[in-house]
Amino acid sequence: MALMKQALVGFAAVLLLAPALAVAGAPKPTVKIENPGQCIAPAEEMRRNHMDMLKHQRDRTMRQGIRGEKASLNECISCHASKSSGSVTGKDGFCQECHSYAAVKLDCWDCHQPKAGQKHAGAAGAKP
Amino acid sequence: MQLEQNSRTEELLFYVLAAAGGLVTVVGLAAALFMEHSGHVVTGMNNQVVWGMPHVFAIFLIVAASGVLNVASIGSVFGKVMYKARAPLSGLLALVMLAAGLMVIMLDLGRADRLVVAMTHFNPSSVFGWNVILYPGFFAIVGLYLWTLMDRKMNPYYKPAGLAAFIWRLLLTTGTGSIFGFLVARQAYQSAVIAPMFIIMSFAWGLAVFMIVQKSMFAWNGMTVHPAIRQRMKNLLGTFVAAVFYFVLVYHLTNIYFAKQTAFEQFILLSGGIFPTLFWGGYVFLGTIVPLLLLYVPDLNKIRGSVFLAALLVIVGAFSLLYVFIIGGQVYPLDIFPGMQVSSSFFDGKIDSYSPSLPEILLGLGGFGLAFTATAVGVRVLKFMPQDDIAKLENCGHMLD
Amino acid sequence: MNEPQDKSRRGFIGTAAVGTAGLGIAALAPGLHLIQVSQADTPTQGASSTVRWGMLIDTTKCASGCDACVKACNTENGIVETVKDARQGAQWIRKIELKDPKNGREHSLPMMCQHCANPPCVDVCPTGASMKRADGIVLVDRHICIGCRYCMMACPYKARSFVHQPLTEQNPEVPRGLGCVESCTFCVQRVDKGLKPACAEACPEGAMTFGDLNDPNSEIAQRLAREASTQVRADLKLNTGVRYQGI
Repeated sequence: MALMKQALVGFAAVLLLAPALAVAGAPKPTVKIENPGQCIAPAEEMRRNHMDMLKHQRDRTMRQGIRGEKASLNECISCHASKSSGSVTGKDGFCQECHSYAAVKLDCWDCHQPKAGQKHAGAAGAKP
Repeated sequence: MQLEQNSRTEELLFYVLAAAGGLVTVVGLAAALFMEHSGHVVTGMNNQVVWGMPHVFAIFLIVAASGVLNVASIGSVFGKVMYKARAPLSGLLALVMLAAGLMVIMLDLGRADRLVVAMTHFNPSSVFGWNVILYPGFFAIVGLYLWTLMDRKMNPYYKPAGLAAFIWRLLLTTGTGSIFGFLVARQAYQSAVIAPMFIIMSFAWGLAVFMIVQKSMFAWNGMTVHPAIRQRMKNLLGTFVAAVFYFVLVYHLTNIYFAKQTAFEQFILLSGGIFPTLFWGGYVFLGTIVPLLLLYVPDLNKIRGSVFLAALLVIVGAFSLLYVFIIGGQVYPLDIFPGMQVSSSFFDGKIDSYSPSLPEILLGLGGFGLAFTATAVGVRVLKFMPQDDIAKLENCGHMLD
Repeated sequence: MNEPQDKSRRGFIGTAAVGTAGLGIAALAPGLHLIQVSQADTPTQGASSTVRWGMLIDTTKCASGCDACVKACNTENGIVETVKDARQGAQWIRKIELKDPKNGREHSLPMMCQHCANPPCVDVCPTGASMKRADGIVLVDRHICIGCRYCMMACPYKARSFVHQPLTEQNPEVPRGLGCVESCTFCVQRVDKGLKPACAEACPEGAMTFGDLNDPNSEIAQRLAREASTQVRADLKLNTGVRYQGI
């Protein structure tokens, strides 16, 4: 019985320690804010809820055609893109730094353009 | 001592075979990963032939999965004692083949990583959408059915479970056939005859698969199928093969006389290169005429292995027919402007060509690998071997006719 | 083109906002960031079911060999083909050359998504990614497209393309990506700003008239009421949003 208790305690200790060790082991992401100022919500809220804000906005824009909402992926990019690479992905990429650290797959940039300052489509309608 | 030696070789052989099947599966998975990573640019599929080799394999597996359950249904629903002994094996094969078919079709998706999306977003007007419900339902019902067959406590419920499985499998194959049957865009599809044709195809192909597996299992254990049982099953296979041929005939005749798709039929049956070759040589000759001769000509039928060969050829015919139906149906151009000659940068009006790439074929074979391995392991750990009580069968009068 | 939509309701957004309302604010407060301007904007109402966008194409004006509409579409939507096999490349709009074998009459026309009222692609899509907006524009929601290509099997116009290779040069307002199906969107990003699709704007002959089929005062509705027009594959009763003249 005592042995079992010991084993349990040991097991619990490993469970508790493992993530702490992992956190201590991995290098912290370097999140660089290129345009310090006000985001659309306080940083704490953005960190926690940006995915939900974007998801709800994306469905409204995509399926109902509602545009110009507060949360907008293109606005994220234009403000947060790295000044050196021009992108939110890649090295120092604002999105990628954190997502790599948290091991959460970034699905946006398979389709969306991660670079700021790409020519906006509206201007492209070539006139004869 | 001798016996022990034998069983050890046998055991080794089993592990080698299971590992070989596993390897084929792993290679298939790797091929899928490669396709996923590079995009479908590494396949022979394009914007005209949007479904290729993986779909030929997957649809064969899914259709045959439903058909193989027929053996159990004949036992449970129609009360044939001889088939009842085969019900567990039939259920097992149905489950593993459906799983293998679904694996192939899922891994071919452009966004295979979105399997959860497919499960959580449902469009009730889509035939694919119905199938998303029909497939898991099939697993559940056949699983339950197997339980009633193999657990003595559950045994009293096997009849209703068998009936439910029988009805569900008819729905399932109707769903698979309707994927094509309701397509108005392409000449090869949109026909009411496709769903029943798929059902009868499933009967023939599923039974062929069952007979191959049964023969292999008996041979593995140094046994032979009782001649009377062999006789009954080969007659049933022959009936199904002939019925498939009838439906294929009706399908092409309706296309020619009713839907006026003469240009398309001319292409698929006469001028279309590989497609007429596969249709007449692969399906009609190898997959229909030769098996029927092997099954019904007494002199041929007496030869050892003739029924096994016939079942194998039925599967060769199945693949030929599916290739002609799926690929041939797509390479033929859409008739956007009936009666006009059309040309464009998007290959309008042109007959397309399709050559499957290696990853596609490996993915398809991976499905077979999975079905093989799962079956091999399943029959080894659980009691799936058909146990024929010949005396009882004779008592029931089953062996007389 | 008529401007059938209610501008005050739809509003201008994004860059257009900077061009109009934004300029005024920016002039008042030169240090203000772009993002803050857009925050001040109120979202648009979105697509309305009182509108049905459509296009009337006069093939008698469409010159054989001219592909101004195709080029404009590719520029607007960021379609740059890098695939070796052209059959795997995306074509949202293409020119079709037609010849009647009975009398030798030839003509040329642009073919793209016909924005059907009863679209087969929407019927068959297992996840609902293929969808029709309230204003009749048929789109693919790439967020839930699984790349099964069933819609491509179902479309009678061969209007859809599958993205066979990873993409990097998307236009910011036109996301596109590997493993999803796509097709003409009527340049929805422009339509929502009150502009017409790039192809219609680029056509040197003015052969493509874009507008609201439901608004009896729009040019397209008035011409459809006065002049003969056809739907391609009218036998399928899909009630297409794109209509043709002269075929």
